[in-house]
Amino acid sequence: MIFFVDLIAATLRNATPLVYGTVGETYSERSGVLNLGIEGTMYAGAFAGFAAAWATGSPLVGLATAIVVGLAAGAIMALLTVTLGANQHVSGIGLTIGLIGLSEFVNRLIFQGGDLQRIEPMSTLNPFGGLGEIGALFDQYALTWIAFLLVVPVAWWILQRSSFGLEIRAVGENPEAADAAGVNVTRTRYLALMIGGSLMAVGGAFITLALLGSFTLDIIAGRGWVCVALVIFGRWRIGRGVIGALLFSLIFSLQFRLRILPEFSALPFELLLALPYLVVIAALALSGRNVAYPGAYLKPYRRS
Amino acid sequence: MRRITVRSTPVLVILAVLLTFLITAGPIILAGANPIAAYAAYLVVPLTSQFTLLEVLVSATPILLTGAAVAIAFRAGYWNIGAEGQLLLGAIAAAGIGTMVGDLPPVLALPVMVVGGALAGAAWALVPALLRVRFGIDEVVTTLLLNPVALLLVNGLLHGPWRDPETGFPESARIAASAEFPTLIERSRLHIGFLIAIAVIGVAWYVLVRTPTGLRLRAAGLSPHGARFAGINVSRTLLGAALMSGAIAGLAGVGEVAGIQNRLTSGISPGYGYTGIVVATLGTLTMPGVALAGLFLGDLTVGASSAARSLGIPSQLGAVVQGVLLLTTIALLTQRRYRARAAAPPAAPPAAEVASG
Repeated sequence: MIFFVDLIAATLRNATPLVYGTVGETYSERSGVLNLGIEGTMYAGAFAGFAAAWATGSPLVGLATAIVVGLAAGAIMALLTVTLGANQHVSGIGLTIGLIGLSEFVNRLIFQGGDLQRIEPMSTLNPFGGLGEIGALFDQYALTWIAFLLVVPVAWWILQRSSFGLEIRAVGENPEAADAAGVNVTRTRYLALMIGGSLMAVGGAFITLALLGSFTLDIIAGRGWVCVALVIFGRWRIGRGVIGALLFSLIFSLQFRLRILPEFSALPFELLLALPYLVVIAALALSGRNVAYPGAYLKPYRRS
Repeated sequence: MRRITVRSTPVLVILAVLLTFLITAGPIILAGANPIAAYAAYLVVPLTSQFTLLEVLVSATPILLTGAAVAIAFRAGYWNIGAEGQLLLGAIAAAGIGTMVGDLPPVLALPVMVVGGALAGAAWALVPALLRVRFGIDEVVTTLLLNPVALLLVNGLLHGPWRDPETGFPESARIAASAEFPTLIERSRLHIGFLIAIAVIGVAWYVLVRTPTGLRLRAAGLSPHGARFAGINVSRTLLGAALMSGAIAGLAGVGEVAGIQNRLTSGISPGYGYTGIVVATLGTLTMPGVALAGLFLGDLTVGASSAARSLGIPSQLGAVVQGVLLLTTIALLTQRRYRARAAAPPAAPPAAEVASG
């Protein structure tokens, strides 16, 4: 029983950065822009959030800094792909290389490669602590509570039910028609990318500010790429993407627990660690066949 | 009109380089250094002594190969972003084969290892390529996801069965002497991998520009529908481009193991696969361009480590420069394309932007 409660609690915890990233990437892609800058944006959010929290002693300042960095990263991606119409694959990879490089550069300047710096990680909230064993399930960080109870429903509602969400989907499906209907395509894509960027950065910052309380190199380790896969797996729907994030996180958390069992002690743990990535690829292969991409995916919009 | 656009391409690339220096002046000033002195250290200092000049070629070797690998795939409209993982598989194969061929003379050992590395790289590229052509699964995501998996495979081997039995370090055993790449110039690290890289770029240029295979490949990249209409088997062309790309990236891994480290280490590639994307883009996806861009980035890499020593600018600035350079290049080259299209309205859509057709 303890094992399962513990496993589910860890699943929710480890899914949190993926939920932010997947929702952020969904917003970008629904507006017609594949944002491969996600890996770098999460990395920069993780670093900037940590550095600001370390400097000020306040995790909230760290979180705010990460949001600003994410907004900026989204704006740069928008400048390149929306205003200048540059290739989205290459722009995203360039953004990722640049942001990871810049984070490690500033990390080197501030911390001089000395001892690992630590901050007091954000504390967990446990409103159901009185429930005993089951209560441990709800012993989660505030950012996890916010992700599942606030960000996911609100992001879903905005995208599917609000007029702004309709505009995002319209410029991602058929920008010509949206433009003719009076929607500002450029402005809508900028907003979608900036909202998406800030969510990605918060996902990264969750790792340093809450999960670990420290920053280490290669901290994102492909989580951004996983989010890009989860968006396709979820067919650009927030709910399905979140389910994908939970499944990935379940396997991730499970392999973490299998490692300490004697049956698996002979296996190098890296092989178990690779398992979740392989499962995502397998899931894409099974469910991602001939999916319908957003109509204007990868296409810059030019008024003719 | 067409001639003007072609001629303006080098100008745009040079503009991108200048713009990159302008933008990266910010971080350099942040590090408390003079940007002009920094650029001199980055670009000029490596060219001023024989030792550093050879080091430029050493640094250029892996990224010339990954650059060529990426350029071939991108020209076909196949977005292989997995050169990093394919390189690592080549490195694993080289380290594995290299320790087993001790009884063979170098004349046999080296080709076996080179071919093995290329095959391993191609094999790592095969799964995403098959998923793409058979089921239409986006290769961007699958090639990207296989990069961390390849790194985990390297680390799994190094912390497990391949751990150096003598030192206990997470490094594989040293490869046999007969499997080590000979150096080209005494007392330098320049090895025959550099010649392999130049040869690969030459052959790739010939195949792309002068053969029917190359024509099919470029046609598939320019317009998959048009190519299909012209009777080209686009799936086979993409599969071929993906395998060629993976094999060449695998060679980069062989060179680093057999020519530099003489064993597999977890830091065998500081992102050479991703740098290959920078090289290919800066080289405008042509082989002569890849050659120039690879040498240029080799120069920058050596410059980054010398600037770290002499000016105290963290060498991580090299990655910042690469990222910014990629962004400025793609942004400026895009403007060329739009102008070219406006000048000739009925022309085909711009290269490779019809990715998932």
